[in-house]
Amino acid sequence: MEPEQVPPAPRRPRTEARDLERYAALFAVRTRQMRSSAMRNMMSIATRPEVISLAGGLPDTSTFPVDLFEEIASGIAADGLAGALQYGPTEGLDGLREAIPEVMAREGTGAEPEDVTVTTGGQQALDLVTRALVDPGDVLICDAPTYPGALPTFAAYQADVIQVECDSEGMKTDLLEQTLTELEAGGKRPKFIYSVPTFQNPGGMTLSLERRRQMVEIARRFEILVVEDNPYGLLRFEGDPLPSLYSIDGGGFVVYVGTFSKIVAAGLRLGWVVAPPPVRQKIVLGKQAADLCTSNLVQEFALRFLRSGLFDEYVDGLREVYRSRRDAMLGAIAEYFPHGADWSRPEGGLFVWATLPGVIDTGDLLAKALGENVAFVPGAEAFVDGRGTNSMRLNFSGVAEERIIEGVRRIGRLADRMLGLYETIANTAELPLPDGAAEAKRRQAG
Amino acid sequence: MRVALLSGGISLERSVSLQSGRRVADSLRQLGHEVVRIDPGPGLVADLTEASPEAAFIALHGRDGEDGTVQGLLELSDIPFTGPGVAACRLSSDKGLAKHVFGMEGVPTPAWFPVTEAAIRDYGAAAGLPAAVDRLGLPLVVKPASQGSALGLTVVTDPADLPAAVVTALSYGPSALLEEWVDGRELAVSVIGGGALPVIEAIPTERPTYDFEARYEIGATRFETPARLSEADRTAVERVALAACDALGCLDLARVDMLLADDGPRVIEVDPVPGLTETSLLPQAAEAAGLSFDALVDRILGLATGPDA
Repeated sequence: MEPEQVPPAPRRPRTEARDLERYAALFAVRTRQMRSSAMRNMMSIATRPEVISLAGGLPDTSTFPVDLFEEIASGIAADGLAGALQYGPTEGLDGLREAIPEVMAREGTGAEPEDVTVTTGGQQALDLVTRALVDPGDVLICDAPTYPGALPTFAAYQADVIQVECDSEGMKTDLLEQTLTELEAGGKRPKFIYSVPTFQNPGGMTLSLERRRQMVEIARRFEILVVEDNPYGLLRFEGDPLPSLYSIDGGGFVVYVGTFSKIVAAGLRLGWVVAPPPVRQKIVLGKQAADLCTSNLVQEFALRFLRSGLFDEYVDGLREVYRSRRDAMLGAIAEYFPHGADWSRPEGGLFVWATLPGVIDTGDLLAKALGENVAFVPGAEAFVDGRGTNSMRLNFSGVAEERIIEGVRRIGRLADRMLGLYETIANTAELPLPDGAAEAKRRQAG
Repeated sequence: MRVALLSGGISLERSVSLQSGRRVADSLRQLGHEVVRIDPGPGLVADLTEASPEAAFIALHGRDGEDGTVQGLLELSDIPFTGPGVAACRLSSDKGLAKHVFGMEGVPTPAWFPVTEAAIRDYGAAAGLPAAVDRLGLPLVVKPASQGSALGLTVVTDPADLPAAVVTALSYGPSALLEEWVDGRELAVSVIGGGALPVIEAIPTERPTYDFEARYEIGATRFETPARLSEADRTAVERVALAACDALGCLDLARVDMLLADDGPRVIEVDPVPGLTETSLLPQAAEAAGLSFDALVDRILGLATGPDA
């Protein structure tokens, strides 16, 4: 039944200047750390269709089989509708909690269904873990660079984030140990280490086996948790899989966060967290407060998909698509990026991390790139401490190969132009130069 | 009246423009107008033809919306539009051109030197930078000629940082300015229909410079409306603001950003399409003058369509 006429929406009360001050007094202190940035304002252009966006972390959803979708949806309608439309247990549906360890087993990680909590995306798992563990001012350790989307979560709980440098083998565990020792000497014990060890976002690198063992050992010794975020582990194009931190540790100090976003569909908003029972209980209490439960309909959909026997085939297909997109991107970067650039060569996942000569600010480069309808994530977004200004994250999963190549070509050309301009100014104007640039100038002259 | 509301667009200030647009659409409907929202892109001309509006309300910021491009298209389509005309927009949106005009018309503005990518590349213009530094002194401001927000602006205190600052500024447009640093109070004067609205002072609460974040964040800058000024200062500030608008040809609508130094006001820039978001200065100034947002929108539209409309 429809009303004959939709009544007009109530007019929002006017927010004039003096009202704004009134709101300002109402905002929680933690919202001061939650601010939109110039970059995010600029990025609002990136959603336009003419823009080649290498910025998002979008999985390719175009290959999901339509007939299978219809089959699952009709199946739910035929024999599971009432349940799918109902509230469910906060921990998640039993069937899915049993199926999730089977997904994890494909990477060799064992987990007990009762330790699994289903969440609304991996992002909620991060939020719930932080909510359960972090008081304002608590220290968290994470990768440098780190997943940019984790930082607003940490900021919302007013965590004090310390980033530990990574190289091509992931977080440098000697620096991690040193950082923890210094913090301990200062009477501070971080609550957890947050890391994406496999095909890291944004860095693209993978934590080596030796460092995995060291990270777990260090966490145990300092008695702090590791939050292992593993959205991409199954998207390995080459090389041998490495054991997860969770499996090395055996579930004592490692909390494992997984998601179906990159291996089934991001639109499901479906993830999970596996945690030691005392931590799990707090997570479940937090989830009750946040949203009571994750959508039964979505859980039912994912469960039936996993049980259809077509999951592995689907992931194999994604892997093929992403592998050739990665190859296209790496080839284009090698061809078009300026001399002096360096970049990761990920064995899987969604991202390449590229670093340009230090005089290029990738925030400025983004402004130029948006002018030519290309977008990426400037490196500074992956740091809390002002590093990363000459780096960028490039996504290859969500864009077709020809567009990846064209996008990288445009970025490379613009970077070349900026570098050329810098060198022209630095070489023409008799100005004292910063150390790095002076050295580069000498090298060039020599 | 059937009004095409132009907001969004492809500039770096797209999200700000969309915010302005939402507010304006609401007011236009409240005023009894029929609103057709248009997000200018490759289909703009077709969208305008299809909408066939009696007037266009421009709530665009940044490239294309303020530099006369869209205004030129509307002129061509014979659609009356809000705000200044093509020439005034072109002059105002290039801070270098505007400063030339100020120089000719005796409007005080900080000393400056232009620098363009082409001049550096083709004529070795960078060789002139040390002389510019000598004459302007340090610190100095390097900024794009065409950006209204503080995007791309650097305050240079060490000459070694100058090349990077110039490259940054030139990332936001083909030309940039080196400008003398003026220590003074940050004032904004909104001008509508040839008259000045109450002067606003922007007082940063958290950051040293009034940057992009502060400009669009609630609580990051404190605004004092009307600014606490002596009668003599207020008169001088208003006079200079109106002179700046008169020089550029945008007395109908503009926001003039100024610095009030010990020896008088200097015009930093004139924005011919001032923001209309919740934190924008024009609506705040209008409110201080007793003009509600609806009344402000009505006035702006009225100036575009004339008394008979």
